[in-house]
Amino acid sequence: MTPAGPTPGTPVLEARDLHRSFGGVRAVNGISFSVAPGEILGVIGPNGSGKSTLFNCLLGQLPPSAGQVLLDGEDVTGMTPAALNRRGVSRTFQLLQVFPQLSVRENLILAGQEHVGSRLGRLFGRPDAGLTAAAERMLHLFRLEALADLLAGGLSYGQQKLLDAAMAFMAGPRLVLLDEPAGGVNLTLLGAFRERLRAMNQEAGSTFVVIEHNMDFVMSLCTRVICIAEGQIIADGSPQAVRENPQVIEAYLGH
Amino acid sequence: MMRGRPGALLATALAGILAVGLLSFVLEPYGVYLLSLWAVYTVAAIGLNLTLGYAGQISLAQATFVGVGAYATALLMPHGWPFGATLALAGGLCFGLGLLFGFPALRVQGHYLAFVTLALTTLAFLVMRNEAWLTGGVQGIAHIARPVPFTSGRAFLMLCLLVLTLVTVATWWLLRSPWGRAFIALRENPIRAASLGVDVRGYTLLSFAIGAALGGVCGSLYAPLVQYVEPSPFALALSLSLLLMVVVGGSGSFLGPYVGALVAVLLPEWLRFMQDYYLVVYAMVVMLLLAVCPDGLVGLAGRMLDRQRRGHPAEPADGGKA
Repeated sequence: MTPAGPTPGTPVLEARDLHRSFGGVRAVNGISFSVAPGEILGVIGPNGSGKSTLFNCLLGQLPPSAGQVLLDGEDVTGMTPAALNRRGVSRTFQLLQVFPQLSVRENLILAGQEHVGSRLGRLFGRPDAGLTAAAERMLHLFRLEALADLLAGGLSYGQQKLLDAAMAFMAGPRLVLLDEPAGGVNLTLLGAFRERLRAMNQEAGSTFVVIEHNMDFVMSLCTRVICIAEGQIIADGSPQAVRENPQVIEAYLGH
Repeated sequence: MMRGRPGALLATALAGILAVGLLSFVLEPYGVYLLSLWAVYTVAAIGLNLTLGYAGQISLAQATFVGVGAYATALLMPHGWPFGATLALAGGLCFGLGLLFGFPALRVQGHYLAFVTLALTTLAFLVMRNEAWLTGGVQGIAHIARPVPFTSGRAFLMLCLLVLTLVTVATWWLLRSPWGRAFIALRENPIRAASLGVDVRGYTLLSFAIGAALGGVCGSLYAPLVQYVEPSPFALALSLSLLLMVVVGGSGSFLGPYVGALVAVLLPEWLRFMQDYYLVVYAMVVMLLLAVCPDGLVGLAGRMLDRQRRGHPAEPADGGKA
């Protein structure tokens, strides 16, 4: 469930001097930033720059070697992914991560059910945990109605991407971390997908952090962008400013 | 959460149980005994199907829980415990043991979990054999009375079918509930499940403990059915046999354990005329079954139904798993 509103001005997410090394490699080397409520923060940078490691540290997938992660001002460093999710943090995955043997609708219900009532209550309560209506709404928003009863494993790549994203919104998250949402999605679908994300941001007031290589997608979706290279932030600002930053051009975008 | 129409699956299982009950009226006592054995093993196979088929945890410890249930019943009934109470105690005890052993064991997955649970089965066998003060050692415990009024072979079969019916309805409810969905999620992708707030460790432990409890219920019926318990029926061979029932029937399929247990109980009987060669043929039949239908007999039946309905071949493997 969404936690009680924090004091105004508190960032939804704050990273304080995060470090993570693998052996001698400093994948994340002192990253600090904060994300304001409602912001859509883009994270760009070359392959191997530390974006995914940063995500994994923020999401409890990997414990940081040093530094802190704060959610609504509260220290959540080292919390498990499941615990973070129950505090309103949800994510999508770079590689497809839907449950192929469940139908599209069941995937969505699963994505919300652990946020409803107690575990014992769910055993004796309704099979859908009362989430059918919410699932229908999400099916409608992401234009997946026609596929609702198909097994998720039978969907096309782009459709699975949409489902993956829809699942991230089932529990009404405060913060969503999207890992390359545009990767592998065809151009026709991409525009609609961006509109969905924007609508979710405005309607639900969710805050997003988006890792993405597709610069057009980043420029048209994000309100702010940070660029990471060699485990450090080399630029932070409006999409336009970051795109024109000489260091970013040098390290990532090229001439 | 079940594939296919949940209501139809429950109706099929209940109709099968009813058919077995009716069949018993035209069978000789030995046939009635085999049907009872089927009902009893089906309960344990349903439990293992929850742990293995739905939640994806390879357990070779199911025989241990059957043994615990059988010994608990054999030891308590002479002290005047009513059968219903020993049945509930056997289930509860095995649920507790499942939590206790599952807590350390479920830190590992896949083949490693298979080995840890194999060790547990071996250890439990040694305890049953060597702790003669409690278990009677290799002599076992004989003359276990059947509960009144279920003393005749057919009456006891009815009791077994009653318990199987209750287990069927309860399992059906469980699998339809969000718990069933969570079990499938942790079989298919535990990392994604965790990112959706699913307590992977908690649900894994529960799937193991509920499976164990059904093993205990099976044992609790087995003891008064055979009226004699000794260690050897609860050795690794039973765990493997139960695993076979789940896989042959269709792992992760609601009806799989019923079909798998039928094959495991009847096939050796049908092959009995082959005498010493029967194990060889049995093994070959099982291998053939697995090669032809990796999703089990229920999966095969589902595909054939699909084909008939649509009038053209259905896509293989995961087309019609019930």
